[in-house]
Amino acid sequence: MSSAPQWKNPVIRWVDERLPVFTYIDHEYNQFPVPKNLNYFWNFGALAMIVLVTMVVTGIVLAMQYTPHVDYAFGSVERIMRDVNYGWLIRYIHMNGGSMFFIIVYIHIFRGLYYGSYKSPRELLWMLGVVILLLMMATAFLGYVLPWGQMSFWGATVITNLFSALPIIGEPIVTWLWGGFAVDNATLNRFFSLHYLMPFVLFAVVGLHVVALHVTGSNNPTGIEIKGPQDSVPFNPYFTAKDSVGLGVFLIFFAYFVFFAPNFFGEVDNYIEANPMQTPPHIVPEWYFLPFYAMLRAITFDVFFIPAKLLGVMVMGASIMILFIVPWLDTSKVRSARYRPVYKWLFWVLVIDCFVLGYVGAKPPEGVLVLMGQLGTAYYFLHFLVIMPIVGKLETPLPLPASISEAVSGGSANSSPSGMEKP
Amino acid sequence: MVNEIEGVGMSEATQSPESTEDDVGRRDFLVLATAAVGAVGAASFVWPLVDSMNPSAEVLALSKIEVDLGPIEEGQSITVVWQGKPVFIRRRTKVEISAAVKDDGADLRQKEKDADRTQKPEWLVMIGICTHLGCIPLGQKAVETKGEYGGWFCPCHGSHYDTSGRIRKGPAPLNLEVPKYKFLDDKSIRIG
Repeated sequence: MSSAPQWKNPVIRWVDERLPVFTYIDHEYNQFPVPKNLNYFWNFGALAMIVLVTMVVTGIVLAMQYTPHVDYAFGSVERIMRDVNYGWLIRYIHMNGGSMFFIIVYIHIFRGLYYGSYKSPRELLWMLGVVILLLMMATAFLGYVLPWGQMSFWGATVITNLFSALPIIGEPIVTWLWGGFAVDNATLNRFFSLHYLMPFVLFAVVGLHVVALHVTGSNNPTGIEIKGPQDSVPFNPYFTAKDSVGLGVFLIFFAYFVFFAPNFFGEVDNYIEANPMQTPPHIVPEWYFLPFYAMLRAITFDVFFIPAKLLGVMVMGASIMILFIVPWLDTSKVRSARYRPVYKWLFWVLVIDCFVLGYVGAKPPEGVLVLMGQLGTAYYFLHFLVIMPIVGKLETPLPLPASISEAVSGGSANSSPSGMEKP
Repeated sequence: MVNEIEGVGMSEATQSPESTEDDVGRRDFLVLATAAVGAVGAASFVWPLVDSMNPSAEVLALSKIEVDLGPIEEGQSITVVWQGKPVFIRRRTKVEISAAVKDDGADLRQKEKDADRTQKPEWLVMIGICTHLGCIPLGQKAVETKGEYGGWFCPCHGSHYDTSGRIRKGPAPLNLEVPKYKFLDDKSIRIG
């Protein structure tokens, strides 16, 4: 299907014979066969890449104006907002870009969960994605500290203190992370350094994620592999065009927040300069951490010899680590939830559960919310550890179409009668 | 890979099987020894980088402060900064002291007698950082809520401390920490 292109331009041909970058790009982004039935949920990988580039570009420019010192950091951010040419625009893009990145990546992850994109042979692709999520969380946390507002400071204090829950080594680790005995200038400096480093690590892992994707090819809404040329179309122009439509819609959404509600995702307290002697009455993390924060706080009781604090940290860590083993927890032989009449609904229960946890995480831990947090946390783990393995075994999936072509055009256009997909 | 195959081929052609085994054993030893020395070298390079992130000399140098207790009236609290952390110093009332002593026998999460937490019962000195996740508890100012046990209350996750700074209710695992300090005279202390 794909053939080595003949480069007409002699310069391109000269380079390509020595370093085949043009052949590579042509092969992976022009001719690359993509299932022809991808829906708009398959836009979000490309969108995430575009946001990552946007974050790096705006971040580099912001770093030229920002001062990572406890006495000047807050002021330098206000200077960016008031005095630097277009500083307000660049900062609002960067600030809201973080939220956009998480919105896109969370949709991307739930897309993968719904259509079974983590299942063989895409396990490693999925696991690299979980690594990307972890790196994004670290980067976002580090970046949120830099404006040195009250939420920056107290968020940093609370999150770094999570490590103090570890027995014996906890306290030395926290002192080491801080470079002092409290979150202070040394902490701000290293967070700035690491916040600048992380995106490049992120780029490297995203690179591996894309390479792994181009080995297995994209999954698709039917969850059936491509069986012949009639099932796929070349990436360009079909999906460059489809991604462009999605990008246009996304940029309108992004621009709405940047221009009309730039502080919608933020916390007002972060416009108060950090004060190490005064804890704000209600500390909340950024919205994208809320479900995890709710799970951290859900553990209010000791279990055997494990104190509640350590257990809370372990539960929060496990809530992400569990994603690494999802490919082996799901026992269903069918990938796509479209053909899984029971699991399809349980997927949406998980989505609702995440929203409930997010709501609980945003509120003070009082009254019925404590119980809601505990039930939500229990259900989250129940979904992965019990529902996924058991429903996969018990459920009778709907009959799968013979091929992507048959699913798309009702069978008549299927030119290759390659038989039923193994259920 | 290629070297190994060549090596085996050559030794088979030129040497007896016994000496080949000897050679393999020697080669394994050399490989392991080289790797071990390399690992030690790498670790001794990494340690300075890791240790550079620990508190520096000038941070450690600020580890002692002296506080004048003269102006503090009975029932008043002050907060001083030590090592970047708030230290609560409270001149307790008779009522607070007796409440703290009375609760020595209560069901405490971390058992500590009030007398072991103070040098003079009137003066309570402790680090004002919640032992849960590091927020600063309320209760230093007269207008602030002091929690259900009349001491301090952490607004972040709802930990209640009593008039001796002991954890009584909520997620915090430990009592508020008492730093090392010494009375220089009746009206001043050195912390650290």
